[in-house]
Amino acid sequence: MKKFDTNSNVYTVLYATVLVVIVALLLAVVSGALKPRQDANVLLDQKKQILASLNERNLKDARAEQLYSEQVREVREGELVWYEATVDGAHKYVLPMRGAGLWGPIWGYMALNEDKNEVFGTYFGHESETPGLGGEIVTEAFQKSFNGKHVLDADGQYVGIALMKSGQTADGQDQVDCISGATITSKGVETMLRTAILPYAEAGWFGAQPEDKAPAQEEVEPVTEED
Amino acid sequence: MALSEKTKQAFLGPLNANNPVVVQILGICSALAVTVQLKPALVMGIAVTIIVALSNVVISALRTTIPSRIRIIVQLVVVAALVTLVSAFLKAFAYDVSVALSVYIGLIITNCILMGRLEAYAMTNGPWDSFLDGLGNGFGYMWVLVVVAFVRELLGSGTLMGQRIIPRSWYVANGGFYENCGMMMMPAMALILVACVIWAHRGLNKEEKK
Repeated sequence: MKKFDTNSNVYTVLYATVLVVIVALLLAVVSGALKPRQDANVLLDQKKQILASLNERNLKDARAEQLYSEQVREVREGELVWYEATVDGAHKYVLPMRGAGLWGPIWGYMALNEDKNEVFGTYFGHESETPGLGGEIVTEAFQKSFNGKHVLDADGQYVGIALMKSGQTADGQDQVDCISGATITSKGVETMLRTAILPYAEAGWFGAQPEDKAPAQEEVEPVTEED
Repeated sequence: MALSEKTKQAFLGPLNANNPVVVQILGICSALAVTVQLKPALVMGIAVTIIVALSNVVISALRTTIPSRIRIIVQLVVVAALVTLVSAFLKAFAYDVSVALSVYIGLIITNCILMGRLEAYAMTNGPWDSFLDGLGNGFGYMWVLVVVAFVRELLGSGTLMGQRIIPRSWYVANGGFYENCGMMMMPAMALILVACVIWAHRGLNKEEKK
C-alpha cells in the first residue's frame, strides 16, 4: 500500500465530512424506508393498549385488529378525544391519559362503564420507569386493582382515584394500593388520573351526576408483592 | 475453520480471564441500571453483544483510513449510527422488543465497553478477530449482568423473568413469614453484587493475584 498521510488537515476534514454525509444518508434512507412499518406498529400498539384497558389482553396482532374494528370507535369533539366501545352488549367509554412518572412520560387508558363513573378497566404504560419498581404499573395485577373503583365523588364531581400506601385511607375518593418503592411513579399515576381527565370534566363530559352515588370505602386488596 | 490461538483468545479471553466487567471494570454504569430484573438484563446483554461485534468489524475495516486525531469521534459516529439503525429495525420488525428495550438502547452508545474495545482492539486488529473479540466481550458482559440480575430479581421481587418463584402465601402480607429484600432494588446493591462476583472470580483465577 502506498504511504499516505492520514494526519493531514485536508484529509481529516474530508474524512469527517464524507463519513458524516454517508452516515446521514444511510440513516435518512433507512428511517424513510421503515417509517410506514413503524407507524403501523405504533398504531397497532395503541389499539392493543385500548383493548387492554377493556380487559382484552395478550392478543395476537390479527385478533387485536379484528376485535378493535368490531368493538371500538374513536370519537372527537373539539379538543377532546375518546373511544366508545361495546363489550358483550354493554357500552364502555375509554379515555386516553398522559402524565409524568419519575424518569419520563407515563400514559394510559381508562375504560369506564356506561355510568361514566365505575372503572371497567385500565391500561398504563411508561417509557423509562425503573423495572421492578415504577415499571410495575404495566403489570396486569396493578392495572386490575382499579377495576370497580369510582372516579366521581358523592356530589358527582370528578375526583379520580387515589393511590395510597396500605393502611392509609383517602378522603372522599376511591383508592388503590400504590407500588411500594415507587412512590413518585404511583403519585404520577394518581396525578395523571386527575389532570388528564380534568378537561373532560370541565367540558361537562361527565354531565349532571345522579346523587347518592357516594362510593363506600372499599376493602382494598393488596396489589403489591412487598410491604 | 481452524482458529488460531490468537483468534481463540480474542473470543474466549473476555468470557473469563479478561472479562470486561469483572476484570477491566468497564460498563459498570449499565450493570446498575438494568439488573433489577432478569429480562432487561438479558435483552441489554444481547443488544450490546450485537452492537460491539458490528462496530468492531466496521472500525476494524476502516482502521487504516481513520485519521488518528479524530478517531474517537469516528468511533462514536459509527456506534451511534449502528445503535440508531438497530433501534429503527427493531421498531419496524420487532416492536415488542423495542418497547422492552426503550431507554436502554440509547444507553448502549455510552457503554464504555464499546469505546474500550474499539480503541483497544479494533483499531489494531483485522475484522474477523475484531468480530470475535466483540462477541466475546458482549457475552462476557452479559453473563455478569445475568448473574447480578438473577440474584436481585429473586431476592428483591421473588420472581425470575417475571414468573413468580417465591409463593405469594409465604409473604407477611398474606400471613406468611417472608419479606422481599428491599435493598436488592437499590442501585447500591448492584455494586455490592458485582463486587461479590469479582471476589469469586479473583478467587477462582489465582494467577491474577500477582
